[in-house]
Amino acid sequence: MTDTFESPRETDYQRVQRSDEFQALRSRFRRFVFPMTALFLVWYFVYVLLADYAHDFMSTKVWGNITVGLLFGLGQFVSTFVITMVYARWANNRQDPVAERLRRHIEDGALEGGEAL
Amino acid sequence: MSALATAVRAATAETEQIGEPWVNIAIFSGFVLVTLVIVFRASRNNKTAADYYAAGRSFTGPQNGTAIAGDYLSAASFLGICGAIAINGYDGFLYSIGFLVAWLVALLLVAELLRNTGRFTMADVLSFRLKERPVRMAAALATLTVVFFYLLAQMAGAGGLVALLLGVTGTQAQGLVIAVVGALMILYVLIGGMKGTTWVQIIKAVLLILGAAVMTLWVLSKYGFNFSDLLQGAVDAAGEGGEALLGPGKQYGATSMSQLNFLSLALALVLGTAGLPHVLMRFYTVPSAKEARRSVVWAIWLIGIFYLFTLVLGYGAGALVGPEKIAAAPGGVNSAAPLLAYELGGTILLGIISAVAFATILAVVAGLTITAATSFAHDIYANVIKRGEVKPDGEVRVARITVVAIGILAIIGGVFANGQNVAFLVALAFAVAASANLPTILYSLFWKRFNTSGALWSMYGGLISCLVLITFSPVVSGKVDPKTGASLSMIKDTSVDFHLIPLENPGLITIPLAFLLGILGTYLSKEKPHPEKFAEMEVRSLTGAGAEKAVVHS
Repeated sequence: MTDTFESPRETDYQRVQRSDEFQALRSRFRRFVFPMTALFLVWYFVYVLLADYAHDFMSTKVWGNITVGLLFGLGQFVSTFVITMVYARWANNRQDPVAERLRRHIEDGALEGGEAL
Repeated sequence: MSALATAVRAATAETEQIGEPWVNIAIFSGFVLVTLVIVFRASRNNKTAADYYAAGRSFTGPQNGTAIAGDYLSAASFLGICGAIAINGYDGFLYSIGFLVAWLVALLLVAELLRNTGRFTMADVLSFRLKERPVRMAAALATLTVVFFYLLAQMAGAGGLVALLLGVTGTQAQGLVIAVVGALMILYVLIGGMKGTTWVQIIKAVLLILGAAVMTLWVLSKYGFNFSDLLQGAVDAAGEGGEALLGPGKQYGATSMSQLNFLSLALALVLGTAGLPHVLMRFYTVPSAKEARRSVVWAIWLIGIFYLFTLVLGYGAGALVGPEKIAAAPGGVNSAAPLLAYELGGTILLGIISAVAFATILAVVAGLTITAATSFAHDIYANVIKRGEVKPDGEVRVARITVVAIGILAIIGGVFANGQNVAFLVALAFAVAASANLPTILYSLFWKRFNTSGALWSMYGGLISCLVLITFSPVVSGKVDPKTGASLSMIKDTSVDFHLIPLENPGLITIPLAFLLGILGTYLSKEKPHPEKFAEMEVRSLTGAGAEKAVVHS
């Protein structure tokens, strides 16, 4: 929980920000969303570049009239749906309980007499 | 009614008339009537600014997600993408992928944090820890620019749609219809505020997605639910060279410049969505960040499934109607989906799909208008001009006046832009959103060192570079069709040519530039950092502490 150390110029929000629990919440969040963002952006641009410059490869027929490009394109839909579900599950189960506990802690008194509330 | 229909049909005897205009008008009137009743009922609790701008923050995630889909799936998405796939095959499909993947940026990086730190507008978040007035002004100008381009594209599109669906071909008659659409939109937003607008969007999204689902199943059933056979149908209907529909390159693969244009467009699409002000504002209509997350999840599913439908509908239109007939129809490429509806279900299905397309324009225009009005009243009037010293109902009064002003501007713009080639305006709106808005939003949420001068450099740099590059690009002047010698630019006079940059979408240059300017501006300024404000913003954004609560009406 929050550190009891108090410096005269430190605000309550800064105290929460320094707390272990908040730091863990924050780094878990960043460790999840930043690599995930990099992943889907790279996958998207690989797809865009292939569609833009590798016409022959993308027009190769795999089955009937279904081309490689069509499968790649549908793959973008699948990856978007999967990332959406994985993130929502992760945030609901892992992040929300911690965020909720911190929020109650802050709103129920840690910031009494503090600013902006 | 039928006398009118006969008269209209007589007036359009040269072009092949499809369907019965009066059926389209009747179904559309039904939609308007039902939504007006709902808007009136929803508006009874519009008391405070939070009610008017953010619907009292009382919508659930699924409701808001459906409204987001209604806001996002504009006529350009529905008619434009179907038509692009029917004519250009795979390249039309590429558009929809950028529009969809973009939602992951909103889901992972923006929606929840924005909901936790802001009240009504994008500028609320940006001015949280930066100097309020200059940042608000810049954010409001960027918002108004994006909304203006988007609005103009929608209103101009309305003219073309009218020609096709109601058989109204005279310029004056089309202008009249645009004015009616604009007046209806003013009425919705004026009375209903965000709550009324949201309900219009929800109803429209449900109708649009259901209509597309029925047509998709119908098309697939004609080919024994074998997608490969459907593609064969489209290839056969296209005649010689039809195989090109199956792979990329038909539209964008022509030259190395057109390939670069496509790359630029792809970048603007994927980064633009999370910077679109009318999308961002929707996150404030739910009670919490968790509901904002649920909204985006719902929106992604609805939008994704809808784009899969358009893939079938586009190739279906190519196969069952044929590209030649589509290109020759009064609405051109945009007529693919309505023509397909007529081919499948005759007059009634055409009437339903036409009414849905109209409802789409109405709902999107209403969403844009309330965003612009909120930004003007809340950011520019209340905070920049009055420095926050304004009564809440005074602010809402200004917002309502702004709604009328924007509505009139949109009508005038729509009448003048009618028939103009304005399809690039939506792509341009995405480019401005990705350049002027997104870098500052991300920096202010995630970068501790970021300061006011970084924000101003990035926002004004992104905005101005977009406008300048577009002005001196081939979309404004100097693009000539090599076959016919006709101008493909906005300025139809081929002797006027002041284009300097061959790039048609500025995103490839302006988005990296705006990100870079944000860093440069930050480091070159001597502004003192405010660690205590960043602490407050970071803690609030991740925990939801002190976030705006839903309005409770007793």
